[in-house]
Amino acid sequence: MPMSHDDSDHHHAVPADTALRVKALETALTQRGYVATETLDAIVDAYENRIGPQNGASVIARAWTDPAFKQRLLENGSAAIAEMDLAGLEGTDIKVVENRPGLHNMVVCTLCSCYPWPVLGLPPVWYKSSPYRSRAVIDPRGVLREFGLEIPADVEIRVWDSTAEIRYLVLPERPAGTEGMSEELLASLVTRDTMIGAAKVTLPPRGERS
Amino acid sequence: MNGVHDMGGMEGLGAIQPEPNEPVFHERWEARMHALALAIGAWRKWNIDASRHARERIPAVDYLRMTYYEKWLAALVEQMIAAGLVTRAEVESGNPATESTKATPPLAAEMVPSVLAKGGAVNRTVPEAPRFNTGQTVRTRNIHPKGHTRLPRYARGKQGVIERVHGAHVFPDSNAHFLGEAPQHLYSVRIEARELWGEAAGNREAVYLDLWDNYLDPI
Repeated sequence: MPMSHDDSDHHHAVPADTALRVKALETALTQRGYVATETLDAIVDAYENRIGPQNGASVIARAWTDPAFKQRLLENGSAAIAEMDLAGLEGTDIKVVENRPGLHNMVVCTLCSCYPWPVLGLPPVWYKSSPYRSRAVIDPRGVLREFGLEIPADVEIRVWDSTAEIRYLVLPERPAGTEGMSEELLASLVTRDTMIGAAKVTLPPRGERS
Repeated sequence: MNGVHDMGGMEGLGAIQPEPNEPVFHERWEARMHALALAIGAWRKWNIDASRHARERIPAVDYLRMTYYEKWLAALVEQMIAAGLVTRAEVESGNPATESTKATPPLAAEMVPSVLAKGGAVNRTVPEAPRFNTGQTVRTRNIHPKGHTRLPRYARGKQGVIERVHGAHVFPDSNAHFLGEAPQHLYSVRIEARELWGEAAGNREAVYLDLWDNYLDPI
């Protein structure tokens, strides 16, 4: 494959002909009637506009505000998530793992890039990258330090390697100072990385709070 | 297979580079590639395990250099050719073979939301009771299959504890090779970091893996 990187430092740079090869492939497959252009558009639209980490954030916010829902979520993640109409492809069987004082969970797929699409959308490049996939299991504390997250030595770390079709979602700790916040406001605090276990939920600086 | 895809525990693959405000797709071709893979998958000429194995068979030096969607492209092309859907010439040229007839796509645009919401469950019912119970100590087998497996190298021959019994799931080692779903019980197994990586590892770290019955022996 010819390499024609015009920006060698950019890890998304691809050989220039890849875009052309995908276009040729799409043309051939649509002309053969194997796929329809409108179907491809609909799939792209779903993942760009509807299936993303905002879904998982709404699940987390509900768990923080509704103890009965949280209990159902931890007992049977898929069923509780289905209550919110958020089940689906690459997430028919979701297990929710809870962070609490003394315990931190993080998720990886060392063999490929398994990830709970219905609640987090498609995975970020770092999650799919060789550095994360290789080191998350052997040096979780070091990996988290690269994300700026220092886990004290007395806190247990559980790394969930997604080797089957079970998908893992981290239920992060609710930060102090959020008492009385609405579910919607709480959801806005929950980032993608907190639900992978690569970050903790934090409050924005006081001046930026809505 | 002991491929480079099985990278748990390796060092030297570089720094982790989180990207602030990362878009869902960095280039339009990535979005089209993602959609093509899902839409062609609807023909059910293969299964998710076969797709994973197709990506694992990308030559190691290419695998490490390629981006995620470049791997999807390379694997999808090989799968489509192997399944007889297209010829290599059609893929490269974008021109369908002149004698080809036009098919009807199984996945229409209006079906997309419901198909994505449904997904493809792999839990199955089997007559056998699970061989292991929660809390039981097991040892993972020291196996090195030539084909597809979901038992990572770093977790072979290790002692662990059954954390949870998931029920029976499709067995990838069989399904990836079109040898049947061969469902068997799946377990969440906790393995201590020191069992995996030796005494230098932290004593408050563990890895949990989902492992099938065939990967485990009682102790």
